[in-house]
Amino acid sequence: MLRDEDRIFTNLYGFESPGLRAAQVRGDWAGAKELLLKGRDWVISEVKDSGLRGRGGAGFSTGLKWSFMPKKSDGGPVYLVVNADEGEPGTCKDRDILRHDPHKLVEGILYASFAIGATAAYVYVRGEFIREIQRLQAAVDEAYEAGLIGRNACGSGYDLDVYVHTGAGAYICGEETALIESLEGKKGQPRSKPPFPAQAGLYYRPTTVNNVETIAAVPTILRRGAGWFAGIGRPKNTGTKLFCISGHVNNPCNVEEAMGIPLRELIDRHAGGVRGGWDNLLAVIPGGSSTPVIPRALCDTVLMDYDGLSEVKSALGTAGVIVMDKSTDIVRAIARLSHFYAHESCGQCTPCREGTPWMALMMDRLVEGRAGVEEIDLLFEISKQIEGRTICALGDAAAWPIQGLIRHFRPELERRIAVARQSAAA
Amino acid sequence: MPKLTIDGTEIEVEAGTSVLQACEQLGIEVPRFCYHERLSVAANCRMCLVEMERSPKPIASCSMPCADGMVIRTNTEQVQRARKGVMELILINHPLDCPICDQGGECDLQDQAVAYGFDRSRYTEEKRSVNDKDFGPLINAEMTRCIHCTRCIRFCEEIAGVSVLGAVGRGTHTEVTTYVGRTIDSELSGNLADVCPVGALTSKPYRFTARPWELRKTETIDVLDAVGSNIRVDTRGGEVMRVLPRLNEDVNEEWISDKTRFACDGLKRQRLDRPYVRRDGRLQPASWDEALAAVATRLAGVAGTRIAGLAGDLVDAEAMVALKDLLQALGSPNMDCRQDGARFDALERVGYLFNTTIAGIEQADAILLIGTNPRIEAPLVNARIRKRYREGGLKVGVIGPQLELTYSYDHLGSGPEVLTALAEGTHPFAAVLKAANRPMLILGAGVLARDDGPALQAAARQVAVTANLVRADWNGFNVLHLAAARVGGLDLGFLPQAGGRDTRGILEGAQAGEIEVVYLLGADEIDASRLGSAFVIYQGHHGDRGAHRADVVLPGAAYTEKNGTYVNTEGRVQRGRMAVFPVGEAREDWKILRALSERLGHRLPYDSLAQVRDRLAAVNPLFAGAENPASALWRPFGQSGVPGSEPFQPPFDTFYMTDPISRASLTMAKCIDAFVPSREGKTGTHG
Repeated sequence: MLRDEDRIFTNLYGFESPGLRAAQVRGDWAGAKELLLKGRDWVISEVKDSGLRGRGGAGFSTGLKWSFMPKKSDGGPVYLVVNADEGEPGTCKDRDILRHDPHKLVEGILYASFAIGATAAYVYVRGEFIREIQRLQAAVDEAYEAGLIGRNACGSGYDLDVYVHTGAGAYICGEETALIESLEGKKGQPRSKPPFPAQAGLYYRPTTVNNVETIAAVPTILRRGAGWFAGIGRPKNTGTKLFCISGHVNNPCNVEEAMGIPLRELIDRHAGGVRGGWDNLLAVIPGGSSTPVIPRALCDTVLMDYDGLSEVKSALGTAGVIVMDKSTDIVRAIARLSHFYAHESCGQCTPCREGTPWMALMMDRLVEGRAGVEEIDLLFEISKQIEGRTICALGDAAAWPIQGLIRHFRPELERRIAVARQSAAA
Repeated sequence: MPKLTIDGTEIEVEAGTSVLQACEQLGIEVPRFCYHERLSVAANCRMCLVEMERSPKPIASCSMPCADGMVIRTNTEQVQRARKGVMELILINHPLDCPICDQGGECDLQDQAVAYGFDRSRYTEEKRSVNDKDFGPLINAEMTRCIHCTRCIRFCEEIAGVSVLGAVGRGTHTEVTTYVGRTIDSELSGNLADVCPVGALTSKPYRFTARPWELRKTETIDVLDAVGSNIRVDTRGGEVMRVLPRLNEDVNEEWISDKTRFACDGLKRQRLDRPYVRRDGRLQPASWDEALAAVATRLAGVAGTRIAGLAGDLVDAEAMVALKDLLQALGSPNMDCRQDGARFDALERVGYLFNTTIAGIEQADAILLIGTNPRIEAPLVNARIRKRYREGGLKVGVIGPQLELTYSYDHLGSGPEVLTALAEGTHPFAAVLKAANRPMLILGAGVLARDDGPALQAAARQVAVTANLVRADWNGFNVLHLAAARVGGLDLGFLPQAGGRDTRGILEGAQAGEIEVVYLLGADEIDASRLGSAFVIYQGHHGDRGAHRADVVLPGAAYTEKNGTYVNTEGRVQRGRMAVFPVGEAREDWKILRALSERLGHRLPYDSLAQVRDRLAAVNPLFAGAENPASALWRPFGQSGVPGSEPFQPPFDTFYMTDPISRASLTMAKCIDAFVPSREGKTGTHG
């Protein structure tokens, strides 16, 4: 279990003020100038050594991502874009950072921008987060006023402008290239890669896109050292992580924990346990709605980190833990997610545009058992025809929950079909 | 130069080549829908997936640039599975109404479904359908068939330069449409029917009229502007069903203008299908014998100097050389192929050609447009300029009226005074031209037709000299003609002979009674009321302005009905081919002149097409064959004089009706209704 002094997000619950003075009391912005004066390469290598991986879902090494940015400026602008378009169902971690600890983010933006040589940083915030946008903008304004960002940030000689931009509520705009398109004022549709944003991103200039939690973790890593962060969790799965526990638990909550904490310990210790006791657990979606569901048997032992969850053919994703007890209609739950993805598909690629509604319609019938048993295999096959065949990962995200369902709950699907047959015959 | 391996074969390709292009170089076919070599890459259909070593997922070959050491496989089971999967998903919401779809038989989706489709559908849910949309009189939209490849959107944005199409909605509700309910207002819109890989966008006039396998295809040349677009004429029986573009990178790439494509229904209307002779003040049907006799009778004893000939805009070189020979045999020096009354210096070929060539526009970095609107006068020249513009670094200056072009430009002024200033080098744009590596000017044919045309031609030449437009390996002096016949006529010297009259002289002579007989060879763009009491022989294919005034009508062949030679504005000699026979009793034009010459006692010395062409080559060796424009030497031309002060005017009011064929076309009439703002101004209650 994570010790209190190892927590990065010390005001996660908003018990203290989000303002600059309170943040400084909590240690934010301390020694910022000195950190900057250690140089770009030091910041990148420190983040690389810490083993920090992207907290937005894909889990790509942050330091490595930064090192893809051009080392030498060609005189044109370079951008940092912070992805605050938190839209994955079951996930609400960035929201708490934005509203209770915005200075962590602003400070992180400064270091990250400095590390990649950015001339400006954009924060793309989900449009529904109205209060959060206000808090973040207030923090940015405070930081400008205090000379922490802007011209000659923190007196380091480095200039950085930070802009807060609001989205308009499309889930797909959380995909980094769709976010860039949206930021440019276009329709939010993912771009085909390559070129990757590091070569041609915002306005076709070198760009790094990072998640809020990733960026907000950077100041503490730099202050306390890569070794400290790397010492938490397991190799390749280091550091602390915000877990969002929702669903059938006694005490749904956001909590910062060490990577690799057993799922059962996470739920029991922080969320007050499963409603009706651990034995009442049916299944858990461990990393936000797109990750495959895992049944109770696997929940007993699984470790909550990238590798631990991939061993059980699921993923850590955004660590939005959705707990479902035995009262859950699991088929209906997954069918609801299928509709979500069909609704949010941007419509660009054939497999996702055509496949996601097809799956959703089949799921609707499976909820009531109005299907043939062979259609379960068809559904699985369709999900495989979508997965990995599209420009962005939304196709994968729509396929995985269904694959998880069929993998672990096939008997339930077959039972419903049999019941429906019987009642039709009678 | 990256080196990669595709299906076991090593290939070295140029940097920036996509995997799909590399596959094509090896002759490996990769199925695709959204990829189009002249459009940007969208990578959204996902049909071109191939396997790449060390990549867990199949990659879209159209958008993946080749890299050193790549190993690509296109024939593995995984690839087959991926393509079949995508095909199934494309088809689930496609209506499969091929039996009633115009694209049937020439549909990319149909063809690829044979290779990658299942024999039945596993989709049992309801299919998506969308409301039909009205894109105007040219393009029929059946958007339920749309597979959302966005080729049409990209074509409009990138080639046509109009932002009218877009995709609204999201996911399965995505619809390609205009915003909102507008028609597709572009002179290149017909190409949408070609770029659409399915039957969503098809040709509206051709709708439900024929199946591709019923059609005979003839490769020929378009004559409705001076570009000389390469076309394919599809016919059934004796009827032209449609006109399609043919690939020619130097001229029209793979596009054609809407007039070229859709005016072909004009070939079926207002046709002169038999000879007519004016008796009792009315044109009455006659036999060939009577018609030729009427001409012979009238010409008997008329002095050659009192006879004149005018050649029109759509005439082939064979007919012009025959008429020229006949007139000369009759002793007439009065002839002109410039029925617009232009009087420029035609002695030096370089002075009336588009010397840079159309493909050469792609190298230009500064363009001066003088009194011309290429978007209306030659849409494909305009498309080339836009293509060059999109690459960046192109400066365009316009002298003449403000234009709606598909690229940005500096408006330098509206009249000859700007041209004079440029010629003197005092205008700021002269410095732009001078500083450019490949500067060019385009002189509109409308400028040359003015009273001060010769002086303006000389002024334009002076601009070329002052701004150094003509260099060792570059000739930036260009005339953009409007008529397909014009350069051919100039090249074979269908011009006033020694002591002869030009178009203006002929008309003045006819009015004054000094010209007794006028032979109009397809000449319809003259003011027929100025022909006075002259005896008018009209040879042509449409009952247009010339035929109405005629005393004898000799029915000729339209461009789809004869083997003819045309020289485009670049000086490119191209041969059109007969796709159908002339209607009724009409005949190929040179044959009519050959028959008439016999009646007149001046038998022309050719009896076959080959012999006429030998005669053409004798008149000007350029006609002997080479398809590429011969570069003309830069010699002095033009006549000194003081240009007037009147601002330049556009030669046409509208793109859609400029010649007898398009004036007879119902489709073109509908286009004018839909696209050209009415002069009276429509009110809210109009249709």
